[in-house]
Amino acid sequence: MRGAYQEQIVATLGNRGLQSAIYKASGRLMDHRRHAIDPAELPDFEELRAQANLIKQHTIENLDYYLEQFEAQVTARGGQLIWARDGEEVAEFVADLARRKQARLIVKSKSMTTEEIDLRKRLAPHGLETVETDLGEYIVQLAEERPYHIVAPALHKTREEVGEIFSRRLGVPRENEPEKLTKIARAVLREKFLAAGIGMTGANFLVADSGAVVLVENEGNARLSTTAPGIHVAVAGIEKLIPRAQDLAVFLKLLGRSATGQALTVYTSFLSGPRRAEEIDGPEEFYVVLLDNGRSKLLADRDQRQSLYCIRCGACLSHCPVYRKIGGHSYPWVYSGPIGAVITPQIQGLSEAGWLPFASSLCGACGEVCPVKIELPRLLLELRSEIQRARSRQGENRWEKLAFRLWAWVMRHPRVYEMLGMAAAAAMPGEESGNWLERLPGWLNRGPLKAWTSQRDLPPLPERSFRRLWRERVKAGRS
Amino acid sequence: MPRETVLHKVRTALGRSVGQAPAAAPEARLRIPAVDLEARLSSFLRRIEELAGKTHRAATPEEARAYVEGVVAGRPAVASRAGFLRECGITALPSVRTGFTSAAELRAACVAADFGITSADYALADTGTLVLLSSPEEARMISLLPPAHLAVLPRDRILTGLDELFTRLPRPAEQTSSMVLVTGPSRTADIEQILVRGVHGPGEIHVIVV
Repeated sequence: MRGAYQEQIVATLGNRGLQSAIYKASGRLMDHRRHAIDPAELPDFEELRAQANLIKQHTIENLDYYLEQFEAQVTARGGQLIWARDGEEVAEFVADLARRKQARLIVKSKSMTTEEIDLRKRLAPHGLETVETDLGEYIVQLAEERPYHIVAPALHKTREEVGEIFSRRLGVPRENEPEKLTKIARAVLREKFLAAGIGMTGANFLVADSGAVVLVENEGNARLSTTAPGIHVAVAGIEKLIPRAQDLAVFLKLLGRSATGQALTVYTSFLSGPRRAEEIDGPEEFYVVLLDNGRSKLLADRDQRQSLYCIRCGACLSHCPVYRKIGGHSYPWVYSGPIGAVITPQIQGLSEAGWLPFASSLCGACGEVCPVKIELPRLLLELRSEIQRARSRQGENRWEKLAFRLWAWVMRHPRVYEMLGMAAAAAMPGEESGNWLERLPGWLNRGPLKAWTSQRDLPPLPERSFRRLWRERVKAGRS
Repeated sequence: MPRETVLHKVRTALGRSVGQAPAAAPEARLRIPAVDLEARLSSFLRRIEELAGKTHRAATPEEARAYVEGVVAGRPAVASRAGFLRECGITALPSVRTGFTSAAELRAACVAADFGITSADYALADTGTLVLLSSPEEARMISLLPPAHLAVLPRDRILTGLDELFTRLPRPAEQTSSMVLVTGPSRTADIEQILVRGVHGPGEIHVIVV
């Protein structure tokens, strides 16, 4: 429920260092994106967005066809496809595979899907060590936290904090320079890559006509995870499909630019099946795990299904005024920001996350920046109305409804409005500053009203209202 | 069975039936601009330099070999079996090891090497990207494990961009199990968004166009 996150939100708002870190980092991501989509750089940006939206819509609406085509292609190239209804089934498969192959160590590249099912934790009881190899994810793993942002998981950590985490967890001398910290991680993780039996990745795209997993990254850890160990396991949601390899010409131009402002990320890997007989290196075994975990539920809603178009660029997070204040850990699930506010309540349930669609100013920035044109503001509004209808049916919002009916009545009666205004001005404490709503008399300020007033305030009411000034002006004949 | 459950749920949600053909897919969008070779070459090199990669235009294969020899300077290097590297005489340089056909031996050599030398199947002019297809000639590790990567390619392999690449290779999976696009040196900005080069892949990249 909201209460559990309320504390996190208040703590984040009160932490000045964290506030400035989120603000700066997301601001930088916004700047980079703006430069990358400048018409001089990419004149057909809007056309690409429209095409991406069309392709995603088509794929999602014919998803069963593309899933089966993908399966046939993976199998034809010597790979194996595993279907999983939930995280437990993914973990069971991986644990069983590791047992059969006598692998103890798994190197992993960044994947929101495996975060979503908390895979590392599920594998630990099977005696498996799973190491995150993306630098940001590695920091977050050592700190025992979850990613703060889809594309910048350790956005909230300062270099001093990273230095402290490394020296405590890895027993290395204390360093604070990002350059040196990166070297330390490179050395530790290089050993892991070379020793690991299984490399795990997510997938940015699954290509139906090729049976291919497409991975987009900057560090080289996804390439290493899919090159050094003898087995590659990719875990991906069923919504990751696109019909053709040729469609990548559209999506790759949008993804890097929207995420970090890069025309292309440093590495884009297009992987289909294990290494072929004549090739020199690469994994001998190739598995793709297709995960449902609530996605088919989203699919059933004709409107909300467009949230499955998401390519996880994180642009809606970086541009969201709410995310930029409350940060990534104030959301109840791994998906934060506007896209998290849309999918979390529908997958986790309204009682868990029903407050999320209300954590939005409806400014529309998320919808404007989305590279696949998901109508996030509209989806948020529709979820709100659905939630309110459910609450009405249960009579939960009787008082709220009464209050708003009263408000509407007052607004339709100018005399009453004016009298109430005068009364409030007279009753108001004398101070010039705000804060007077918080200090309403105790008998008025309790329960749901207090929850409301504790977050809001009004400037001091003027002695003479606008209406009164206007009347005086008219009377003086200067209108 | 998870497979049937998931597919059944998906079909029910979409109101589709088993074996139903999909609606017509939107046409693939591929637009190839007309850009002459000299313009493609200069754009390609400029983009790489913007990403802190080093570039060299070699008039002849011998010049390419001389450049590589100067960079490697007798330190351990591993070269792929690409025909073009042999034509340039790069595989015959003194400290360069090549010809590996065993993954284990190649890996040991790459771990110990200061430089990995490959060719490239294609390059993309508008983003400064190398396109590497895994094959009997090109292994995956050489451009990945050593701290510096040298790529030597003839200029006619430079395409305009992604659209031309996917026009030439509509289904890359038919040729290779691994196609990698490399755009600049390995990098991260995960600590305070400060750019650091050379995380897991090579922090240094040299592109030599003949």
